[in-house]
Amino acid sequence: MIPTRLFLRRGIPAWRRIVAALVVMAGSGATARAFDVDPVVLEAEQSRIEAIRRASTAAVSIFAGDAGGGSGVLLTPDGYAATNFHVVQPAGAAMTCGLADGRLYDAVLVGIDPTGDLALVKLLGRDDFPCAELTNSDLVEVGDFCFAAGNPFLLATDLKPSISAGIVSGVHRYQFPAGTILEYTDCLQVDAAINPGNSGGGLFDATGRLIGVNGRASFEKRGRVNVGAGYAISSNQVRNFLGCLRAGRICDHATLGATVATSAEGRVVVSDILESSDAWRRGLRYDDEIIALAGRPVRTVNAFKNVLGTLPAGWQVPLVYRRGGRRTEVLVRLAGIHAPAQLATIVAGGAAEEEPRPGADAARPELPVAIRSVYDARPGFANHHFNVVERDRVAAAMVAVRDATALGPWVLSGRLATGDEFRIELSDTAASIDLPTGTSTLTVDDALDRNPVPPGSGGMLAALVLWRQLVTAGPAAVGRTTYWGTAPRDPSALGDAAIVDFVDVLESATSGVEARFAVDGGRVVSIDLWTSPDAEPCEVRLVWDEGGEGNPSATPARLEVRRGGQEFGTFVIEPSAPRGKAL
Amino acid sequence: MIRSVVVMALCYVACPAMVAAEGVVAPQATAAAAARKVVKIHGAGGVRGLESYQSGMLVSPDGRIVTAMSTVLDSDEIDCVLDDGRRFRGTLVGVDPRREIALLTIPATDLPAFTLEATDRVVTGTRILALSNLFAVAAGDERVSVQRGVVAAVVPLAARRGAAEAPYTGDVYVLDCTTNNPGSPGGAVVDSRGRLVGMLGKELRSTAGGIWLNYALPVDEIARGCEAIMAGTAAEQPAGGPLESLDLRAIGIVLVPDLIDRTPPFVESVVADSIAAQAGLRADDLVIAVGGASVASRAAVQQSVGRIAPGDPVRLSVIRDGAVVECDVGPRPRVREKP
Repeated sequence: MIPTRLFLRRGIPAWRRIVAALVVMAGSGATARAFDVDPVVLEAEQSRIEAIRRASTAAVSIFAGDAGGGSGVLLTPDGYAATNFHVVQPAGAAMTCGLADGRLYDAVLVGIDPTGDLALVKLLGRDDFPCAELTNSDLVEVGDFCFAAGNPFLLATDLKPSISAGIVSGVHRYQFPAGTILEYTDCLQVDAAINPGNSGGGLFDATGRLIGVNGRASFEKRGRVNVGAGYAISSNQVRNFLGCLRAGRICDHATLGATVATSAEGRVVVSDILESSDAWRRGLRYDDEIIALAGRPVRTVNAFKNVLGTLPAGWQVPLVYRRGGRRTEVLVRLAGIHAPAQLATIVAGGAAEEEPRPGADAARPELPVAIRSVYDARPGFANHHFNVVERDRVAAAMVAVRDATALGPWVLSGRLATGDEFRIELSDTAASIDLPTGTSTLTVDDALDRNPVPPGSGGMLAALVLWRQLVTAGPAAVGRTTYWGTAPRDPSALGDAAIVDFVDVLESATSGVEARFAVDGGRVVSIDLWTSPDAEPCEVRLVWDEGGEGNPSATPARLEVRRGGQEFGTFVIEPSAPRGKAL
Repeated sequence: MIRSVVVMALCYVACPAMVAAEGVVAPQATAAAAARKVVKIHGAGGVRGLESYQSGMLVSPDGRIVTAMSTVLDSDEIDCVLDDGRRFRGTLVGVDPRREIALLTIPATDLPAFTLEATDRVVTGTRILALSNLFAVAAGDERVSVQRGVVAAVVPLAARRGAAEAPYTGDVYVLDCTTNNPGSPGGAVVDSRGRLVGMLGKELRSTAGGIWLNYALPVDEIARGCEAIMAGTAAEQPAGGPLESLDLRAIGIVLVPDLIDRTPPFVESVVADSIAAQAGLRADDLVIAVGGASVASRAAVQQSVGRIAPGDPVRLSVIRDGAVVECDVGPRPRVREKP
């Protein structure tokens, strides 16, 4: 490719004669006028040059001194860059990153996903970094042109990335864990050369958009060089984990709590299932046939593993299964593959051997000054500093939309779907709910887990109390509240090729309960509350009006409360009376 | 060297132009159509560095599959998995030991298949797609892997596997993409319109430099090999070249895979209607002597058989149901190198 570019740019006359001769030799006969380069060729070349130029500016060369290094790819103007876990693991919290502009930047570790071999780092010092555009990897086809931009064999000593081009050889590939916990699910397979050092770098499509993060290659007997089969983590998997990585967490992958096998008839059936799993609670049993998971069809065991492997632990996703000809669709909450302590141990343990990573482990030097203010080591976190950053971001958005009157007692009244009236009162010290079945009250200094009222709701009133605390006092004031990450706004929309909308999720442990709040545009849109870790959570969905002119929507239009897959009640809130008066 | 670099560069640049000018099918469509005709084959192996999988190509709608002749086929249970995930038991029709190709058949009809014709060779510089189940990455209905490349040279093969010279010494297409991988043998090489150009060969090293070769057997050689197999003349190549030692598979005997130091030489299967079948050999026979001289292992059988000169009688003594049975296979067929 490079020789051609030089020839074309310089326009050496001799080149034309060479080409003419070669065309005859090659006997292509594609065109009678071999002397004139078809404009289509020049256009194609120009667009490829442009795509590679764009991608190159977002390519990161990671150097971690004696600990080796690798590649990365910038995702945001403020410097967040994706790379591989196996690149950052030996590097530790601080690394030096080079961009194609020839400059070096300090970078700090943000979050890691050891199972999926992903990591997020942040380059410091600018808020206008060039960055790559993530695109939908489910639309990538076998045969598509693609190219990798990275730092193979750590050659980029001039900080300019190496480009290797090829085609997509396979999509939705499943790669078994190779002696480690790193599992490459649903990955893209390419014949573009992926070598040691390319790890963590971007895989781009013909227009320079990011379709994956390179991380693995088939090596075997030829030694550690490319043999025509490299693998990239899909951009959609990166997208799914991005929020959890920005939280500074050590992220875990999801399990359904069930294993599957292929039946004699070639169907994917449940071969084992934990009775403690949410899938069991939602009715999944042995020998049930899995039809779809998270919006994607499941026809093989590999397809099942592929879908599951792209999902973070903790998400709620749709599951479709069939038993005796009857099709059932449920929402299941995915548990983590590892216990948190187990994951931390693995992270602290040895590096993965099968991954392309030049260099060796080395003693970690003291953190550079630039890093110290943005790094905070805490159990369970890769870098707790960024958890606070994200939590504060959500808090600021909540304050921005909070009604000025929100600090007083809140009254929510209206009618249930049955037509009966209800009234909910929430204040700093107490809460009550009047229902046709009776009145329940709660003192806010109670241990909230002892009083999961109204009966049968699993703790609806406690959830609303925490909601009020979150809005009035802010996340930092509600027990231990951390930023969890992001989850799809509408899980049932997962799997559609269209853009998936994400909402921020906060996690609190306070007064004996655990709760997760989904926050969208500064408003809490759902609350899941557990009075004990094994109990069915109370799920409150807050539906807000669009919020047009003169309608600040200080109260939600509706509360939908569910527990254990069953509806507890739908509370339609009358907009007029309480709003602006009580709030 | 420089010449070939420039040729390749030219081809890459010219690619979109050809697509536009000739209305050639987009590579995605070519890959998708060709992949439907490639088969994932699973058979013997899986130990001692021998892979138990390779690739194959459907060459007729009624289930004929061409693949590389290898130890993977040393099994009664050759599983052929189609692009749509359907799985069939393959039956070995015959082998061409010189070209190292094998013909299988599966009980299926209306299959998408390549046209196997002794067409003209493609020229150096032709862009190709190589489709195979390298590293057995694809399982079930997952699509085989697709690589792109260029025919870098058309040259006679001079290669070896371990210490043994490769029996085929005719022309091959040398490719500029890494196709020399476990699982690749038997895979298809197609041109930009999806026409069959060749078959990915077995993993071989160059005799000259010891490097691993990325090459394909041209389609005309495959077509001739298959014709010979169908005509039962695959083992009788024209006279002229050096003598090829006899492979038992050429007369229809498949022994059990040679997996341990002294594998007992049991007959795994006998190709129906082959010379061996006519001589009364059966599956599960234990070969104890070749030409009256005792043989203690599968390797020893192969050695003894390899020493039989063309025209000399092939006599096998086997144990069946506790009794010794003599099988006279007849005169050894002539197997010669291509002149």
